[in-house]
Amino acid sequence: MEKGVSGDFIFKGVTVLFAFSILAILLLMVVEMARESLPAIGTFGWRFVIGRDWDAVQGNFGALSYIWGSVVSSILALLLATPLSVGTAIFITEIAPKKAGGLIASLVELLAAIPSVIYGLWGVLVMAPWLQKTVEPFLNDRLGFIPIFQGAPYGVSMLAAVFILMIMVVPIITSITKEVLLTVPQSQKEAAIALGATRWEMLRMAVLPYGKSGILGAVILGLGRAVGETMAVTMVIGNTPQISLSLLAPAYTMPSVIANEFAEATSKLHTSALMEIGLILLAVTLIINGLAQLLLWSVTRGQQRGGRP
Amino acid sequence: MTHLAWRKAKNAGMILLMASAALAVLVPLALIFVHIVRMGGSAVNLDFFTRIPSPPGEAGGGMANGMAGSAILIGLASFLGIPVGIFGAVYLSEYGGNRISAIIRFSADVLAGVPSIITGMVAYALLVVPMKGFSALAGALALALIMIPIVLRTTEEQLKLVPTSLREASLALGVPLWRTTLKVTLRSALTGVLTGILLAIARIAGETAPLLFTALGNQFWGWKLTQPIAAMPLQIFNFAISPYEDWHRLAWAGALVLVTVMFGLSLAARFFGRSRRY
Repeated sequence: MEKGVSGDFIFKGVTVLFAFSILAILLLMVVEMARESLPAIGTFGWRFVIGRDWDAVQGNFGALSYIWGSVVSSILALLLATPLSVGTAIFITEIAPKKAGGLIASLVELLAAIPSVIYGLWGVLVMAPWLQKTVEPFLNDRLGFIPIFQGAPYGVSMLAAVFILMIMVVPIITSITKEVLLTVPQSQKEAAIALGATRWEMLRMAVLPYGKSGILGAVILGLGRAVGETMAVTMVIGNTPQISLSLLAPAYTMPSVIANEFAEATSKLHTSALMEIGLILLAVTLIINGLAQLLLWSVTRGQQRGGRP
Repeated sequence: MTHLAWRKAKNAGMILLMASAALAVLVPLALIFVHIVRMGGSAVNLDFFTRIPSPPGEAGGGMANGMAGSAILIGLASFLGIPVGIFGAVYLSEYGGNRISAIIRFSADVLAGVPSIITGMVAYALLVVPMKGFSALAGALALALIMIPIVLRTTEEQLKLVPTSLREASLALGVPLWRTTLKVTLRSALTGVLTGILLAIARIAGETAPLLFTALGNQFWGWKLTQPIAAMPLQIFNFAISPYEDWHRLAWAGALVLVTVMFGLSLAARFFGRSRRY
C-alpha cells in the first residue's frame, strides 16, 4: 500500500513537471529572445522599427522594410484567402453531397500537410517563372497606370509571396471555418428554411451570423500563420529590403531576413538585431494566436476544433 | 423579373460562386502534385537513396546523408518531445484542476502557433551559443519544441475519450492510480495516442526553418550529435534556390520522397485512428 502511494506521488510529480513545462517553454522563449535582443534595443531604441537602413558592415539596423513586407504580404494574402476559404467551407458543409464534401475536405487537409519548403520549391521553380512570363507583363500592360502594377516583371516578387501565402493559409482557414459551421444548430437552419428562405438566404441569415466570431478566429489564426511563414516566402519574395508600392517588385519579410542572415551574422549587434526582429515576430504571433484561440474557444467551448493551427 | 425569381437566381449564383471557390482551392494542390510527381519521378533512382549530393554542376548524386540526418533528428526530437507531450496530457486529463488545465491547454495552442523559425532561434540561444557551434542536438531540440504541443493536445483528447468506468473498475480492484493510468487509461487510448505521434512526426519531418541555424546542414555524412548534420528539407531548400539544373532535379526528387513519407505517415495515422474502439 505504501509503495503504491509513493508511486502515485512520483507519477503525479512527473506529469505536473511535464505539463507545466509548456508554460516554462513559452516563458523561456520570451525571456531568451528578449535577453538576446537587449544590445539592439539598447543601441537603436525606437529607431529600430522606423529606420530603413539595414547595414551589417556599418552596424546600422532598422527593420521597417521587413515589417512593411510582412504586413503587406500577410494582409493581401488574407484578403484573397478569406472569401475563398469561407466559400469552400460553406460548400463542404452545406452544399456539396456528403461524400463529395468529405473528399474535398480531405484534399484540403492534404494541402495543409505539405511542408512549406515544398511550396517554396514549387513557387520558385514553377510559379515565379510563370508570373514573370505571363501574369506580371499582362498586369503591367493593362493596369500599369496603377502604381501597384508598375515596374519590370521579376517573377520573384511581393505578388509571388502573396500568392504562395494565400495557397498556404487557405487550408487552415477552411478547415477551422468548417468546424465552426458544424457547430451551428440544425434547428436554426431548419427554422430559416421553414420560413421560406432559399439556401443562400438560410446561410446568410442563420448560419453566417451564428458562426461570425468563429470565422473571425479562423481568419486571425490564418493571419498568424501567414506572418510567421518563413521558407516558402523566403524562396519567392526576392529578398530585397525596400519599401515599394508595386506588387511586381521584390520585397523582404521579417522571418525571411532571419532565415537568410542569422547563421552568417558575425557581429554581436547583427545577431541581436535579428533576435529583436524575432522578438517582434514572437510578440505579434502570441497576440494574434491568443486572440484567435479566445474567439474559437468561445464558439466551441474548449472542445477540440479538429484542425490544428 | 419577379421577386421570387430574383431570389432564386441569387441563390443559384451564390452556390455557383462557392462551388468555384472550392474548385479554385484545389487547383494549386493538383498543380503542385503534378509537378512533384513528374519532376521528382524522373529524378528518383537508386543513387538518390545511396549517395550524397554531387558538387554543383555535376550530374547524379543523392540525398542519402540528408535522409539519415533527418531520421536522426526526428528520432532524437521524438525522444525529447513525446514523453513530455504524453505525460503532460496525462496531467491535464487525469489530475489537473479545471482552471490550471485550461491555462496550460491555452498555452499549448498558442505555442503551436509560434512560427517555427522562432523555435530555431530559441534552440540557438539555448544550445548553439553555449556549445559554441551548430549541432544535431540543437536541431532536435527545436523540432521537439514543435512536437510537444501537438502530442500533448492530441493525447489529451484521446485520454478524455476513455470511459471513467474503466478507470473506476481498475481502482476498485485496488490498483493504484498511477498504475491504472499507465495500464488501463493510456493502454486503452494507445491507438489514438499513436495517431497523434505519427501526425507530429509527419509535421516535423518537413520543417526547415528551425534547422537553418541549429542543425545547419552538412554536405557530407555526419553522425556526431554535437556536429552540424544534413537534413532533407534543408537540402531541398538549398538546391531549389541554387542556379544549377542538376540540383533542381535533386530538389524535386527530395520533395517527392518527403511528400511520400509524410503521406504514408498520415495514412498510417488515419488507419490507427479508425480502428480505435473502447
